[in-house]
Amino acid sequence: MKTLEHIGNYFIMLTKIFGKFTKWQVLKPLIFKEIDVLIIGSLGIVSFISFFVGGVVAIQTALNMENPFLPKNLIGFATRQSIILEFAPTFISVIMAGKVGSFITSSIGTMRVTEQIDALEVMGVNTYNYLIFPKIIALCLYPFLIGISMFLGILGGYIACVYGGWTSSSEFIEGIQLDFIPFHVTYAFIKTAFFSFILATIPSYHGYFMKGGALEVGKASTISFVWTSVVIIIINYLITQSLLA
Amino acid sequence: MINVKNIYKSFDETIVLNNISANFEKSKTNLVIGQSGSGKTVFIKCMLGLINVDKGKIEFENNILDKMNSKERIKLRQEIGMVFQGSALFDSMNVVENIMFPMKMFTEKYHDEVLSRANDVIKRVNLENSNNKMPNEISGGMKKRVAIARAIVMNPKYLFCDEPNSGLDPKTAIIIDNLIQEITKEYNITTIINTHDMNSVMEIGEKIFFLKNGKKEWEGNNNEIFKSENESLNEFVYSSELFKKVKKKFKD
Repeated sequence: MKTLEHIGNYFIMLTKIFGKFTKWQVLKPLIFKEIDVLIIGSLGIVSFISFFVGGVVAIQTALNMENPFLPKNLIGFATRQSIILEFAPTFISVIMAGKVGSFITSSIGTMRVTEQIDALEVMGVNTYNYLIFPKIIALCLYPFLIGISMFLGILGGYIACVYGGWTSSSEFIEGIQLDFIPFHVTYAFIKTAFFSFILATIPSYHGYFMKGGALEVGKASTISFVWTSVVIIIINYLITQSLLA
Repeated sequence: MINVKNIYKSFDETIVLNNISANFEKSKTNLVIGQSGSGKTVFIKCMLGLINVDKGKIEFENNILDKMNSKERIKLRQEIGMVFQGSALFDSMNVVENIMFPMKMFTEKYHDEVLSRANDVIKRVNLENSNNKMPNEISGGMKKRVAIARAIVMNPKYLFCDEPNSGLDPKTAIIIDNLIQEITKEYNITTIINTHDMNSVMEIGEKIFFLKNGKKEWEGNNNEIFKSENESLNEFVYSSELFKKVKKKFKD
C-alpha cells in the first residue's frame, strides 16, 4: 500500500515539475551548475571504471576461449557487445545511481531539513520545477557520458588484450567490426535516455519528500540508491524485451 | 491585517488547532506564544498556506486564503516575508545573493537595481562588509539578519518569524527583536512572531496570543501579561526562576 502511495506521489511530482516554470534567467545558471556537478563531475569516475572494466572483460573473454578453433577476433567482438549493450548503459547507470543519485537526494534532503524548501515555497516558487527540472535538463547530456564510457571500455579492452599478449591489434580491431549492428548502439542510447530521467527524478523524489533530520538524509540516500537501481534494472529488462527480443 | 476565524486542524486523531480566532494588526508586533507542542508552528504554517485548515477561515485584508486560486496564492506569497527558526538561508549562495534571490525571481529589474536594493536592506540590518560571505561563514545572529533582510527586500505586507531568536545569546536576541519591531513600524507591516522566549514577550509584545494544547487561552499585551489571572498563562510565564523572582518583587 505504501509503495503504491509512493508511486502515485512520484507521478504527481512529475506533473508538478512541468507546472509553473521558473524564470529563464534564474534557471539558466542552475542548469549549468547541475551540468558541472552531475555530468562533468562524473567524467573521471566513469572514465576510470569503464577503461579498467573494459580491460577486465577482454581478458576474461580471452581466458575463457580455450578452444583453438575459436578465432581470436571473438575477444574484440565479445568486448564490444558487452560494453555497448550492457556495461556502459546499464552498469554505469547503476554506479551513477550511487554517485549522482545519492548526491541529488542528500542535497535536496538537506534543503528540506534546513527549511530551505519551505522558504522557497513561502516565496511562491514552484519548488519542484526550481529544484528538479535543472537536473533533468543536465542529465539530458548523460548519453554523452555513456558514449565516452563505450569508447573507453573498448579502448581498455584493446590495450589489455594487445599489450597483455592475448591477441594482436588487427585481430581485436577486426573483432570490434565483426557483425556490427548499428541498432545496438541506438538501443543502448534509448535505454540511456530512460535511465537519465530515472536518475534525475527518483533521487529527487526521495530527497524532496524526506522527513526528519540529518540521520534521515543518509537513510533517504540509501533508499534512493536502492530504488533507482531497482527501477533501472526493471526498465532495462522491459526495453530489452521490447526492442531486442 | 490578518484575520483568523475559528480554525481547526488535526493530524489523524490528534487535534492540533482547536477553534482558534485571532486578529493580527498592522504595524504591530503580534506574538504567538506557548510551550513546545502547543501548535504555534502549525498555526503559522496554516496562515502561510503551507498546511490547509480543516475548518474556519484565514483572511488577508478580506481575501480568504482558502478561496484563492493558485495564481492568487502565489501573488499573496510574494507579499509575505518569512524568517525561519534556522534562518533557512540558501547555502549555495552568499549573503547578497540570498537577499537578491526573491527580486531576481519575481521582478524584471536589472541586476544593478536589484543589487542596489539588496545593499539598502543590508545597511538597514547593519550587515555591511558581509556581502560575499557564505552562510556557513557567518554567526547565528548574522544569519538571522540576512534572513530578515531577505524577508523585507520585496517590501512585504506581512512578516512571519518562527522563533527568530532561538539559539542566540540574550543580547543578540534583544537586538534581533528590536530590529524586527523597528522594521515593522518603518515598513508598516503586519508582523507575526512565533516564540516561547519571555524576553521577547517583554521587549516587543504589542499584541500577544497564548496557545495551549492547540487552544487560544489568552490574548493581551506585554503590560497585561503579568496581571493576568489565567492559570495556564501564569504557569508558562513563571516557569523560570527569574520570572518567579520578578513576580515576587512585583507583588511586594
